[in-house]
Amino acid sequence: MSDGARRVRAIRAMVTAHMRASYREPGGLFWTYGFPILMSLVLGLAFRARAPEPAHVAIADGPRAAWLAERLAGGREVVATVSPAARAENDLRVGKVDVLVVGEADGTVTYRYDESRAEARLARALADRELQRAAGAAPAVGSRDELVTEVGARYIDFLLPGLLGLSLMSTGFWGIGFSLAEMRAKKLLKRIVATPMRRSDFLASFLIVRVVLLVVELPPLLLFARLLFSITVRGSPVAFLVVVLLGAMMFATMGLAMASRAENPQIVSGLINVLSFPMYLCSGVFFSAARFPARVQPVIRLLPLSALNEALRAIMIDGGGFAEIGRQLLVMAVWLVVSFALAMRLFKWR
Amino acid sequence: MGYRWVVSAPPDFPAVLTSGLVKVFGETLAVAGLDLRVERGECFGLLGPNGAGKTTTVEILEGLLEPTDGVVQLFGKTWERDAAWLRERVGVSLQTTHLQEKLTVRETIGLFRAFFLEGRTVEETMALVRLTEKADARYETLSGGQKQRVAVACALVGNPALLFLDEPTTGLDPQSRRALWDVVTAFKAAGGSVLLTTHAMDEAEKLCDRVAVVDHGKVIACGTPNELIESLGAKEVVEVRLEPRAPTAASSATRDVPADAGPPPVDDGRDPLRASLRATAGVVSLREDAGALTLTVTELHAALPGILAAFEGHGEQVASLGTHRATLEDVFIDLTGRQLRE
Repeated sequence: MSDGARRVRAIRAMVTAHMRASYREPGGLFWTYGFPILMSLVLGLAFRARAPEPAHVAIADGPRAAWLAERLAGGREVVATVSPAARAENDLRVGKVDVLVVGEADGTVTYRYDESRAEARLARALADRELQRAAGAAPAVGSRDELVTEVGARYIDFLLPGLLGLSLMSTGFWGIGFSLAEMRAKKLLKRIVATPMRRSDFLASFLIVRVVLLVVELPPLLLFARLLFSITVRGSPVAFLVVVLLGAMMFATMGLAMASRAENPQIVSGLINVLSFPMYLCSGVFFSAARFPARVQPVIRLLPLSALNEALRAIMIDGGGFAEIGRQLLVMAVWLVVSFALAMRLFKWR
Repeated sequence: MGYRWVVSAPPDFPAVLTSGLVKVFGETLAVAGLDLRVERGECFGLLGPNGAGKTTTVEILEGLLEPTDGVVQLFGKTWERDAAWLRERVGVSLQTTHLQEKLTVRETIGLFRAFFLEGRTVEETMALVRLTEKADARYETLSGGQKQRVAVACALVGNPALLFLDEPTTGLDPQSRRALWDVVTAFKAAGGSVLLTTHAMDEAEKLCDRVAVVDHGKVIACGTPNELIESLGAKEVVEVRLEPRAPTAASSATRDVPADAGPPPVDDGRDPLRASLRATAGVVSLREDAGALTLTVTELHAALPGILAAFEGHGEQVASLGTHRATLEDVFIDLTGRQLRE
């Protein structure tokens, strides 16, 4: 057997061992598969689009109240109730109704509402349109409504790429960083060094495991997104795969760097939390990073997860390709190279 | 099935040769100029208490640590120049290794097999360490002795010419220890060389052709177990406990001193007894440890009457008396004045 064939065999055996170990850990399975799917399911349902609320209108009791109620009852967009004047005033004040309609003695109608409330202005317009139409007014310009729900503008569209980025980060950090530190604490690293396997091949086996797991992890999430929320990758699929792969490798090498010196897994777990937390908040996972002040934007955009999430959204939602994500790819490549150099310099085999 | 240990190493070189080996950790001198020579086909024991520098020495020999100074050669090769060649021929079982919990015995040994160009089959290796019926059990479910045998199996699967075992049986029950001894004996019988560390004397006497007693990073004695025991000049050890004596005039003077005032008075009135014992024919040495007298004697039947006569002559009552053949433990105590397990 040639040395090259032996190296391939050793790497393959190591990768198989990692895979077996990870699939026999039920907790690990949940965090890789269950978590992103469960998270998008819960948040997607919580923020799903609802049927439009009708405008709530009160009619002050009086001689013309019944006439008004009959005319306002026709449309679906207005819910009108007749109340004594004092109670109607009160309902208006506490916001139970959006507008109060008073039929005056001279045949005109008075709308009482708070101009600063958008719902109130909308309710006034809807009630007035309903009244005018019932009274026989013909529209001056013919019009027709066409209702659309735009995929890409919903919260779940924003959320899903963010969750994908987040899961790439945590599997990279924990799968590489935590496992390696655990192996060092258990003297397993030392034991591997005492075999003919090359050290670089051993580290490479971890990165290969990340790629293999990616192939297994990604399709269920994408299928789920498509079936439940009709989310597809709108832009270049090649660019999407490159971004996912680069992101996975970036976080894997960062995990490698974090584990390069740590004597025990607790140190790495602390490091992971310290590094992940700011990115949870600032890198646009659950809400847009644009909400942070303009002054800190340049810093936020340099975070690894920010770059990954921006690139994923540019491709998945905005339908972009390589041309749109040049800066993000560069940021990710720099993180990858710097972490790799750091890990190679610092890594302790004992 | 027969054992098949093919020792593919160049002839004429010892399995292990070190000279002037030194390892310094910061301020600590862990190995202080150590010379060793392990012949091929030999089982060699490094014997010493915890902290004597055994593990550091072995890890240098295994190529896991670089010595601060000195020369290491395995089969005439060095780690600096021939690491790849040596890695293929050296089997290592570290003092503690926790292998992957979720892998089975067969998978774990198979993983290590994949690292080596040549070696024995996984099934063969499992049979050697008698784990065939545990082949599909996960590592996490194994007992301490079984885990240790998996570790040794991982060291054997590459069909090494030289096997390093660092405290292979520490913490194991007697049955597991014997099972491991059988594995080592079989490996040696097939021509393999072994270097093991231990602080269990029975293990060294049972397995090792030669032992080196190590203390404070140095070899203080080296030879076959028999040679070392004979170096005591005595083959038998007599341990005696005496009944407490009635207070004498000399000791009653200190009676008013509170119990925690300090060490007891040196003069317990037994100096004449000690002198008589040392003068008894056949007694080589006398030592006292925690109220017990330990005498080494050349021939038990010749010395014992004289010893008993000495006790009687000084009015001492013997509470208990035991004898055993001198062991490496006695050699170590004689050389260092300390117990091995201290």
